[in-house]
Amino acid sequence: MAVHYRKERLDRGIKARCEDIFALASHREMLYLLLPRVVPVIVLLSFPLLKGVVGLYWEKVVVITCAIALLSLSWDLMASVGLVSLGQALFFGAGSYITGSLNHAFGWPYFLTIPCGTVGGALFCALLLLPVLRLRGVYFAIVTLTLPLLLTRFIEASKILGGNEGLSSLSPLPNLWFELYVPVLALLVCLFAFRRLINDDYGLVLQGIRDNDLAVMSGAINIYQFKAQAVFIAGLAGSFAGAFMTHYYQFVGMPAFALDYSILPLTCAVLGGVGTFAGPTLGAFILVPLSEALRAFGTLRVVFYSAILIICIVGLPEGIFHYFQRKYHQFERKVEVG
Amino acid sequence: MDSTDDQSALSVVDIKKSFGGLIAVDAVSLSVQKGELLGIIGPNGSGKTTLVNLITGFVRPDSGRVIFKGSDITGKMPYKIAELGISRTFQLVKPFYQLPAFKNLIIPLYSPRVKRLRGGKYGERDDVAIDLLEEVGFERDSYVPYKVASSLPHGYLKRLELARCLALRSELLILDELFSGMSMSEVASTMPIIERLHEEGLTIIMVEHRLRELFRVADRVIVLNYGRKIADGSVKEVMESEAVKAAYLGSEAEG
Repeated sequence: MAVHYRKERLDRGIKARCEDIFALASHREMLYLLLPRVVPVIVLLSFPLLKGVVGLYWEKVVVITCAIALLSLSWDLMASVGLVSLGQALFFGAGSYITGSLNHAFGWPYFLTIPCGTVGGALFCALLLLPVLRLRGVYFAIVTLTLPLLLTRFIEASKILGGNEGLSSLSPLPNLWFELYVPVLALLVCLFAFRRLINDDYGLVLQGIRDNDLAVMSGAINIYQFKAQAVFIAGLAGSFAGAFMTHYYQFVGMPAFALDYSILPLTCAVLGGVGTFAGPTLGAFILVPLSEALRAFGTLRVVFYSAILIICIVGLPEGIFHYFQRKYHQFERKVEVG
Repeated sequence: MDSTDDQSALSVVDIKKSFGGLIAVDAVSLSVQKGELLGIIGPNGSGKTTLVNLITGFVRPDSGRVIFKGSDITGKMPYKIAELGISRTFQLVKPFYQLPAFKNLIIPLYSPRVKRLRGGKYGERDDVAIDLLEEVGFERDSYVPYKVASSLPHGYLKRLELARCLALRSELLILDELFSGMSMSEVASTMPIIERLHEEGLTIIMVEHRLRELFRVADRVIVLNYGRKIADGSVKEVMESEAVKAAYLGSEAEG
């Protein structure tokens, strides 16, 4: 008689995940909770130390990846309030241009221009989007898609801020360690700060606005104020990416408002898993290095890239992060029956 | 003007709203005294919910005024009106479905109004939320307050709506068909809550189709038909009014 097997599935996380005292019951359960958080942090922090092994090229890929990951985090935070954006480039560009022009015009050093670019860019974007915070869904998306394009043409036509040529030969970052570590640290701070924010009561209000803004309004809460705050906070992450990359490239120009910076963060978030913050970060760490690795294919690069993207999204519509999370929490094994 | 005297909590003066060609609310005036329980009834489509939306700012009136505690609140944003002390339930429940029931109340508890009245830090809010749910009949020691809203029966969701209003500690409560979709036993267990709130001196406006229950608690009743106020008086007066009978049952003259 043939032996039959059946799949048994155990949810091993249930005790540890119930946010109660059980989590501290044993070292094993603490480890279970800590591992998925600590391992990526350690890998990210030790990556710049492996410069000799992986080569400077891939170290620089990580810098760009972090910038895109920051943009996708900012996209995800806005999506958590129900503001679906197609214009993360607005944040990136605003941060870039403020940083670049402060350095170009006044010669301010990087440790002044980057903070100014971050806060200034976020403030600029929040004010710019203030009148359209009433819009929802696709209407808001269209406006955000248009704004970076509009600003590009405005800069081109008015020839301000370097016009077509942009501002070049800006002051460089102090050293390689700074270049490699600051984006990683910024990404980690942003990731954990956003997670904390969204799990707090404040985040509950933000998610409430996404799900049912009328009910939130009848709870005596000014939803526009909360939306504006969320855009500002998201703007900080996005503008920092722009501000940093400006000094990193020692150049700022119209490419800072390029469509890539709008579409790529969105793709990362969708691939990784919307609404988790860890998902979009994971998405960025898959898509950006993938895009670099496919350079060997020359012209066919985009074909392969798109094919992989489509396969992932069709295969795991919930997002890679959600899938891994489930597999981690659920323990599957085969059991003999009969 | 008697409608804005000291005793009236809310007065609505000649309010009008039309949607396209349809006149939903046609020059309705009403006033509610402090501590009064006012019932609003009327056949389907007579403008009851629109009237509630006009008072609470979800719809802007074409003309007319809404005066709350002596100040004009016409056309203010809904959150501003809620902040001033008018809260409402929705006829079609609007919970945050993927949140546990008690977490639904964190959102109103986070509002500036509640912070001012109650204070409260993280963690404390959870306790207040559970207390509020108990107040509207959620079994405290069961798992019901912790269940995800989407898994709760309709009657509980209706009472969750009520709890959200109570969370704001409003002075005027507008219940828009709270009993619709509730079972007889759910209505029976919710009635004492309304009666208690009324006894505590809260001003309440109840829009209701369940006339028997409403007539038991209402101090005064207003009847709407085709957007117009056709009767305003005690339960007895309203029940005997010819116009009301005609609106509900049809009159011979109308054929």
